[in-house]
Parts: sequence; C-alpha cells; structure tokens
Amino acid sequence: MSILQVKEVSKFFGGLAAVSGVSFDVNENEILGIIGPNGAGKTTLFNVINGFYKPSKGEIILNGKSIGGKKPHEICKAGMARTFQIVRPLRRLSVFDNVLASAFLRAKSKAEAEEIATEVLKFTDLYEDRDILSKGLPLGKRKRLEIARALATRPKLLLLDESFAGLNPAELDKSIEIIRNIKKSGITVMIIEHHMKVIMSISDRIVVLTYGQKIAEGTPDEIRHNQQVIEAYLGEA
Amino acid sequence: MKKYYPFITLALLLVLPMLGFSTYVMHIFILLLMWATIGMAWNLLSGYCGQVSFGHAAFFGIGAYTAGILYSKAGVSPWFGLPLSVFVVGVFAFIIGLIVLRLRGPFFALATLASGEVFRVSAENMEWLTSGTLGIMLQKRLWVSKEPYYYIILAIAVTTFILMKYLVASKLGYFFVAIREDQDAAESMGINTTLYKTIALVVSGMITGVAGAFYMNYMGYIDPHIVFALHDVSIITIMIVMVGGVATQWGPFVGAVIMVMLQEAVRSIGSLGALHQAIFGLLLIFIIIFLPNGIVGDFRKIKRFFGLGRVRA
Repeated sequence: MSILQVKEVSKFFGGLAAVSGVSFDVNENEILGIIGPNGAGKTTLFNVINGFYKPSKGEIILNGKSIGGKKPHEICKAGMARTFQIVRPLRRLSVFDNVLASAFLRAKSKAEAEEIATEVLKFTDLYEDRDILSKGLPLGKRKRLEIARALATRPKLLLLDESFAGLNPAELDKSIEIIRNIKKSGITVMIIEHHMKVIMSISDRIVVLTYGQKIAEGTPDEIRHNQQVIEAYLGEA
Repeated sequence: MKKYYPFITLALLLVLPMLGFSTYVMHIFILLLMWATIGMAWNLLSGYCGQVSFGHAAFFGIGAYTAGILYSKAGVSPWFGLPLSVFVVGVFAFIIGLIVLRLRGPFFALATLASGEVFRVSAENMEWLTSGTLGIMLQKRLWVSKEPYYYIILAIAVTTFILMKYLVASKLGYFFVAIREDQDAAESMGINTTLYKTIALVVSGMITGVAGAFYMNYMGYIDPHIVFALHDVSIITIMIVMVGGVATQWGPFVGAVIMVMLQEAVRSIGSLGALHQAIFGLLLIFIIIFLPNGIVGDFRKIKRFFGLGRVRA
C-alpha cells in the first residue's frame, strides 16, 4: 500500500528543469532514501512535495488525495511533516515551546499539546534540554529539534532533509536510532541524505536522482551495483 | 509576590482619582492609559506576531472618525462609536490586511506606513463625510470632570491587558510567535500563516480603533492631522513598545509612562519646538543599542548595571 504517489512531477525555474518527470511511490511504513549528486534536485523535489513550490507538471497523491499545489500548512494537516536542510528553529523560543507550538496543530487543549510535546521530546532525547533557548543548542540537537517539531504534528509521513549532515559519530548513531524508532512507531519516512553509509544501512528502498531525473530505484543492494548510479557518482569509466 | 503585581497595580489605579490630583495630572493619567492600550494592541501584531506596523494611525484614526462621524452626520452620541469602531475598524483592518500581509519584513512595514498616509489624505479630501481639515468638534463633551473618562479608559486598558494575557498564553499566541520567528518553518508546522497574521492584524486594529473612538469622546476635537499622524501616533506607538519592551506583557505600560511623561516634559520647554522629535530619535537609538529588549525585557541588565541583584556568571 503506498502512502505517497509521485506521478510524472516536473518543476521548472524559467528554462531550467530542476526536477523533470519524476515518478515513484512511497510504501506505508518504509524508509525511502533519496540520493543524488549535488544539484540533482532532491531538495527541490521535497519543496514540491511539501507544497513550498507548485509542481509545474504532474500529480502528487497523499493517502489517495491529490495535494499538488496545496499550501504547506494544508499538506501538514493532511499528515505530512518535514524538516529543513538548513535548520530553522524558532530561535527565541525554548526547546519545549518550539515543539509545543507545533503540537497545537492536533491538540484540542493546551494540556494535551504539552503532553504531546513532552512525549516527543522524550522520544528524541531532548527532554533534558527543554528549557534552553533553541538558538543556544549545538547543531546535532538542533537537527533533532527539527525532527521533534515535525513529529509533534503527528504525521503519517515524515520528510527528512539531510538530518545527518554535519553530525559527529556519536550524534549520528543517536539520530539513526531515533529514525529507526520513528519507523517502529508506524510513521513512514522519506529521507534525503549524502551520507552513503547511513542511507545504505537505514533505507528499505532508495531512489536515485541526477540532473532532476530518476535514474534508479531499488533496494540498497541493487543501487550499490547499478551501473548508472556508479557512473553518476564517479563519472563514466 | 510577582503574581500579585497586576492586582496591586489595579488597586492603585482604581483609587488614584480619589487622591485629589489636579485635572492636569488626571489628563496625563488618561493619556497614559490610552497609549498603553494602543501599545498593547501594536505589541500583539508587531511584538508577538513579528509584523512591524508603521501605520497604526490608520486604525486609531478610523476609530476616532467612526465616533466623530456618528456624531456629526447621524447626530448620535459619539460614545456609540466605541462599540461601533470595533466593527468598522475590524472590516478596514481585514481589507488592509488582504493587501499588506502579502508582504514580508520591511516591505510590510512600508506598506502599513503608506496605508496610514492614504487614510490621512482621504480624510482630508472627503469633506462631505469628514469635514476635511476643519475636523470634527463636539459641541459639548459629556462630562466636565476627568474622573468618568479615567474610569472608562481604565476599563478599556484592563480589558485589553487581560485579553493579551489570555491570547499570548493560548494556541494563538504560540502560533503568532512561531510566525515571527520563521514564517516558512511555521507554515511547514501546519500553521496557516495568512489566517493567523490576519487575526493578529484585525484584533490589533480593533483595540487601537476603540482607543481612537475614546480619544474623540475625550478630546472633543479631531482632524486628519491629529488622528492619522505618522509621527504623533504611528511612531509614538512603536516607541512606547520599544522603550517598554517588545513582546512583554508590561512593556506597553512602562513605555507609555515614560513616553507620555517625556512628551509633556519636552512640551513644557517652549523653546525646543520641533526639536523634540530629535530627542525621541536619540532615545530610540539609545534603546536599540543598549536595551534592545526594552526596559521590561532587559530589566535584569539594568539591575546589573546599577549593581543590584544577583550577578550571574
């Protein structure tokens, strides 16, 4: 059963096709990795799926409903949350208030929102830091705060944009564990990542983009041995 | 102890007219409460929601003219302007919002500044409705003594204070602050930023409008230059909150005390003339550099400067 269907989606900026004719499905409760060299259109694809950009062509279906061209907040309400590659904490708010603000989306009362925020913070191991202003957090925790904030909206599908970039090995392990736990809790994850080791070990399936086009799709093993993928990364032999 | 501050302040304010102050001092207190109310309104939109408005004179003026036109054209007591201005300013704020809320940051600020000026020029020229630059004058104010006016504006200010306290702690407050801190992130957290910015603008405008309607009743005379003034209304509003403390509950009160007193002090020095604008400008620069969070927001900093309170390592 697929939770998200991307059908022939293209995004043009002027004459430049940042994403062209990309199609793939995200199955329920899997971790789908999206990889590709720099400038392959991964983040643009996220921005289109998430509603920041309107798709120039094609259709995006979330849980059987078309969401192409809807606004990000509507898409978030429909059950898709995202994080940003460049972290965007609400700087002058405490860690707890950051998460609380997004927990209000589903909560009927403040008490309920506080409950959700507490639970999510414990889940992402940020509960100890709940009273710190978010601008004072180190990068690793800020990346986790992004995930916590997204989780507090109770998504069915979570889009992670380079949640591992710039982390030290200890933080890396922590984040991998959290993402595995997210999957265990029944949330589907779609993740953009440059860190090959991480993405190969964590993903159930991988989609490879280059120059805005999908060149391969399959299990990590299939991708590792795909000739086109190797060429895209290493240049032609 | 801190919990009781609002009640102590309220008790003091309630008995204040019985202490036998002169009418001039009572006048100052009335202005002070009126500016604190406008400051709180501005603080909601610009302090909490981060949409910095340079055009609150538009709402103040529309509120004042709602009361004034009721009196001059319909022959009704201008006091009905208070409830009516909530509605009228609400509609205008909504329409202004449709235009200006499409813009962000400095562009929003400039658009609000322009909207204030648009209303001033319109009020000057729509003589059939507003009597133009002649203004609107009440034949007779309802009361001669200051006390009734004082209690009315006190009621308005206290209501606004409670409303703000409630709003800021609610879901709306969190959404406003999220929008201030990062609009795109807020949007991706499922917050309908356009809707909540409109709510902040309309509520802020309504409160400012009520203060404007009160001004008409209290002063008994308005003209476009007074109530739609850029420097004497829009800018002063910003200064009050900046000096007192942006996005703080007490900031607008503290700021109003300082600004109203300063204005009166400066006015009493006759030879200063238009130079008083320069003094406000210098004050603003000082605040931005040394107390960017205002007196309330940077209170700990001030205490430390004077060697009071705990010094934190």
